[in-house]
Amino acid sequence: MCSYVTVKTAVDGSGKGPQGWFPLRSATVYFDHPYHAPYEHTLNIDFANEELGPGSRVAVELSADSARELVRCIEAALG
Amino acid sequence: MKYEGLLAETIRFAGDAGDEIGAYLARPLGPGPYPGVVVIHHMPGWDESNKEICRKFAAHGYAAICPHLHYREGPDASPDDAAAAVRAAGGVPDERLVGDVAGAVRYLRSQVNANGRVGVIGYCSGGRQAFLAACRLTLDAAVDCYGAFVAGTPPPGMPLQVTPIIGLTSSLSCPLLGLFGAEDQHPSPVETAELEAALKAHGKTYEFHTYEGAGHAFFNTDRAGFRPTAAADGWQRIWTWFGRYLNG
Repeated sequence: MCSYVTVKTAVDGSGKGPQGWFPLRSATVYFDHPYHAPYEHTLNIDFANEELGPGSRVAVELSADSARELVRCIEAALG
Repeated sequence: MKYEGLLAETIRFAGDAGDEIGAYLARPLGPGPYPGVVVIHHMPGWDESNKEICRKFAAHGYAAICPHLHYREGPDASPDDAAAAVRAAGGVPDERLVGDVAGAVRYLRSQVNANGRVGVIGYCSGGRQAFLAACRLTLDAAVDCYGAFVAGTPPPGMPLQVTPIIGLTSSLSCPLLGLFGAEDQHPSPVETAELEAALKAHGKTYEFHTYEGAGHAFFNTDRAGFRPTAAADGWQRIWTWFGRYLNG
């Protein structure tokens, strides 16, 4: 499946990439083929700052189960 | 013993609107004449697997070029970063894709040892784009490997610039080989059957194969969905198809 399903939102915070910390402006969320994770599909999140160029990105590729557990943990942590 | 040799390298060429973009080119080193193939990479980017495909084509006697469709967004970025930037911006516009493939075709036809015939092959999102290019440009053969949303309707609210293009079928300029997985959902067997019906209705030359036990991206050797039996058979069908229409 090449789902193309993509959801994007603005975010406010910081992320740490190869060049160190930088301000985050957006998060792009999609369930599609990963680049690296050994699964056919993963929940992928790209935290990015487009103004700083494509290399200013913090990427994660999570199994569907891991992603759902992460959502639960985030909700629990925020209280 | 017959001489075998190939050269593989990054190049730049004039793509859509004359923009200089990057590409990976692999070509046989003999005198030719050789046919050409434009390899359209998948949505995760201009990565190692697509370069390997170019070298495989070159080893089989084809000059193969894989345009870096995300070059403009990140000429020096890693392929995955450039792909992420393009996805976040809405994907590769269809018009730009057609212009980039047209430039790649011109590049291949201008080579001194070219036989003048050029085909196109694409994987995943590139499968849809291969069909698009074959409908918009004058080509000699095309291969669509599990391209989603040639037929069918994308999910509601999807921000990417992907629309069904089955309506272009009447303009298809060349024979089309379609290779699909029976367990794929995008494109599903229902969607590929819809495309097949359109090809038949317009009297187009085509051949479709749907592999049982295979899903999306079954050609991709470094992915979990790799299915060696389907991939090996698929490659044989590609050699036969391009052999017939690009070398015949």
